[in-house]
Amino acid sequence: MASIGIPANQAPKTNYLNNGHSLKSWLLTTDHKRIALLYLISVTVFFFLGGFFAMLIRLELLTPQGDLMQADTYNKVFTMHGMIMVFFFLIPVVPAVLGNFLVPLMIGAKDLAFPRINLLSWYLYITAGVLFLHCMLTGGVDTGWTFYTPYSTAGSNTNVVEAGISVFIAGFSSIFTGLNFIVTIHRMRAPGLTWDRLPLFIWANYATSLIMILGTPVIAITVVLVAVERLFHLGIFDPRLGGDPLLFQHLFWFYSHPAVYIMILPSMGVVSELVACFARKRIFGYKFVALSSIAIAVFGFLVWAHHMFVAGISLYAAMIFSFLSFSVGVPSAVKVFNWTATLYKGSISYATPMLYAFGFIGLFTIGGLTGLMLATIGIDVHVTDTYFVVAHFHYVMVGGVLMGYLGGLHFWWPKISGRMYPEGWAKLSALLVFVGFNLTFFPQFILGYVGMPRRYWQYPPEFQVLNVLSTAGASVLAVGYLLPMIYLFWSLRYGPIADANPWNAAGLEWKTTSPPPTFNFDETPVVTWEAYNYDEIPQKELEAPVAR
Amino acid sequence: MSKFLPLWPDQASTMASQVDALYIYLLLVSGVMTALIFVAVTVLAIKYRRVPGREAQQIEGSTLLEITWSIIPLFVMMTFFVWGAVIYFEERTPPADSTEVYVVAKQWMWKIEHMEGQREINELHVPTGQNIKLIMTSQDVIHSFFVPAFRIKQDVLPGRYTTAWFNATKPGRYHLFCAEYCGTQHSGMGGDIIVMEPQDYARWMAGGTSAPLQETGKQLFSQFGCATCHRFDVQGRGPNLTGVYNKPVLLEDGRTVIADENYVRESILNPTAKIVNGFKPVMPTFQGMVSEEQLNALVAYVKSLSQPPTGTAGLQNQPATSPAQPQNMQVQ
Repeated sequence: MASIGIPANQAPKTNYLNNGHSLKSWLLTTDHKRIALLYLISVTVFFFLGGFFAMLIRLELLTPQGDLMQADTYNKVFTMHGMIMVFFFLIPVVPAVLGNFLVPLMIGAKDLAFPRINLLSWYLYITAGVLFLHCMLTGGVDTGWTFYTPYSTAGSNTNVVEAGISVFIAGFSSIFTGLNFIVTIHRMRAPGLTWDRLPLFIWANYATSLIMILGTPVIAITVVLVAVERLFHLGIFDPRLGGDPLLFQHLFWFYSHPAVYIMILPSMGVVSELVACFARKRIFGYKFVALSSIAIAVFGFLVWAHHMFVAGISLYAAMIFSFLSFSVGVPSAVKVFNWTATLYKGSISYATPMLYAFGFIGLFTIGGLTGLMLATIGIDVHVTDTYFVVAHFHYVMVGGVLMGYLGGLHFWWPKISGRMYPEGWAKLSALLVFVGFNLTFFPQFILGYVGMPRRYWQYPPEFQVLNVLSTAGASVLAVGYLLPMIYLFWSLRYGPIADANPWNAAGLEWKTTSPPPTFNFDETPVVTWEAYNYDEIPQKELEAPVAR
Repeated sequence: MSKFLPLWPDQASTMASQVDALYIYLLLVSGVMTALIFVAVTVLAIKYRRVPGREAQQIEGSTLLEITWSIIPLFVMMTFFVWGAVIYFEERTPPADSTEVYVVAKQWMWKIEHMEGQREINELHVPTGQNIKLIMTSQDVIHSFFVPAFRIKQDVLPGRYTTAWFNATKPGRYHLFCAEYCGTQHSGMGGDIIVMEPQDYARWMAGGTSAPLQETGKQLFSQFGCATCHRFDVQGRGPNLTGVYNKPVLLEDGRTVIADENYVRESILNPTAKIVNGFKPVMPTFQGMVSEEQLNALVAYVKSLSQPPTGTAGLQNQPATSPAQPQNMQVQ
């Protein structure tokens, strides 16, 4: 087949990993693949830090009394958990790790359009992260990740300004990444790689980048205004100074609702790649799946006030935002239906990445449907600010985003590291994550409907059984997340050597060696085929590659 | 409600069963959808599992299918929207005959004032079968008044009033929670709603000794010197407040606003924000001079001036002309 480029086991001697071993060659690299690895290490550190805080939350909630820590400590712990997971893990994780690594490879480019800005993005991220860690170690912050005013500007006596500045800086890291992706995707596609031939992962990252550059400046402005009011008592949000607290919520959610799509869209892109490869089929309704990403990005900007149905907005504003919120439901549903339809008459393998894709479809379906319940205003009044909301957004942001990320990490691990991961352990961890996740968060839907508010340090005793179940699930989930870190690390040295295309997958990233050379392709590829041309690529009989 | 493993909250208000009915509908639809996806994925994944010698069959897609599975969910979602909006409309529209209760939230307690003058902290006694309208404000940060058994929740903001209402149906003691994170003791900022049979409630209410809220307001009205300008006999420097509440007011800049609770409140704290047509901006601000409780009493008093005369409120004259638009005080 003409589309198979490089024969197996003929990796060139130099690749991006061994092209320079000094610390400087890593810290000053402009290679998108090395920067992706820098991000991989840093988001992993933040993930486990955020996870540590999650475990503290779950342990405190094991009993109705506040007994493990003080109320103030608990408030800081859930704030740290939220801020770390949202700003330092979920937002960058898929675009900055997998996107950084794959966008140039998938479109046949040597690098991103602005390699040095890409490095700057990582440094901004690290600066923001270090500042946040400093804030955490010198007392922390207790406003919740949402910074609601006037608590954040006049109520809290913690270091809100420093946390705000770190979010501000992290925002620019994400703006630069978005800018880089948009220019790269517009200008640097290989000859023949037209828009309707692009992998869906590229479409998803393109849509994500649009949100990043259009939405992120708003959160940056908002945290600056919070800092200004806090430091100089300029009345913006605090009614005692003549401000309006609802103005803050409008500005905050104008970014923070689309931010949910910054998190989920790239993972949806990953799932499209996985389903196509492991069903050996072109994605059913390619064009609709591609455009649904853009539709989600656009509609996502029109629904922010659905976070404010009980906040004091007018009756009719609430109705309009409820109506508009359902509009996001359609393109999301379209994606799920198309992935399902792709399985029809496929040749389906149950390799680990596909198990994660199945997990994504299941958890995202539940997360999405409960989102529709929340958009239904009559129901939202009762369940907003309860554990129902907590469960809902964890299904989308953790169930969805992390399933996609872990699926993608396993799928492209041979390309990233040049090694295969141990399939048995990987399947076990995928199972643990799925079971542990549902055990942790499903009880929280019930907990929310019976009335337990979120951000509670102590609670009435009748809520205990559901909380114990949730904590038990969290321990299973923790094992499920720790396992991949261990065995992927192990595989770097002991994993079987991977060939250029261990899955026989379509996509330009598989037509170069594993790991790829510094400039990705020895010759610029010329694309003459549609995306997911699995009819032209022979499938492997085994579901998973083995060591050779 | 099982105290060991509660799966459903108590239904203790007229709203509860309506919200639950919609919730059950949503659960059914979502359950069917989830089952469809799960079954479809499972069946297809098993039926088309990889076996030697069988290749996948490429299928491009189907515009008809795409349209179908866009339109049908959209239609189903519109039923969610409409039903949800109907309930929300009712939740947000207190009936005209509601008994009013003032709520002041602060870190970290709920202060309740009944019109009869009864005050409570972290407890609210109400009778069954009566519409209760809560007029709420906060002294510091945002809080949220949440009673799961009534299915109501409303954020309580500093600097303005928000309202909620309910009609309790079942005597008992129900949780009151603060649902908007408000600092250290957020999870301790709870209380009890005590729903009583009307006769028990009357007995409880009779136990109090304090004066009705509007009487307190009337005293404050003269204590703060409001009566000097807002006169009831002749036109003073400020508008005559008789019959003003809930009526449209023409402003200096040509706008017309409804004189609701928030308008009265703002006119006390920030009098120059909305000047009534024909008056000078001469009223001093009372920001920082009146407490939230005193404000509530003043608002209750101003509102009582618009009720049919019962002999309790200080009504000296019947509003023959529209008091909101004085004819004889056009200031040039």
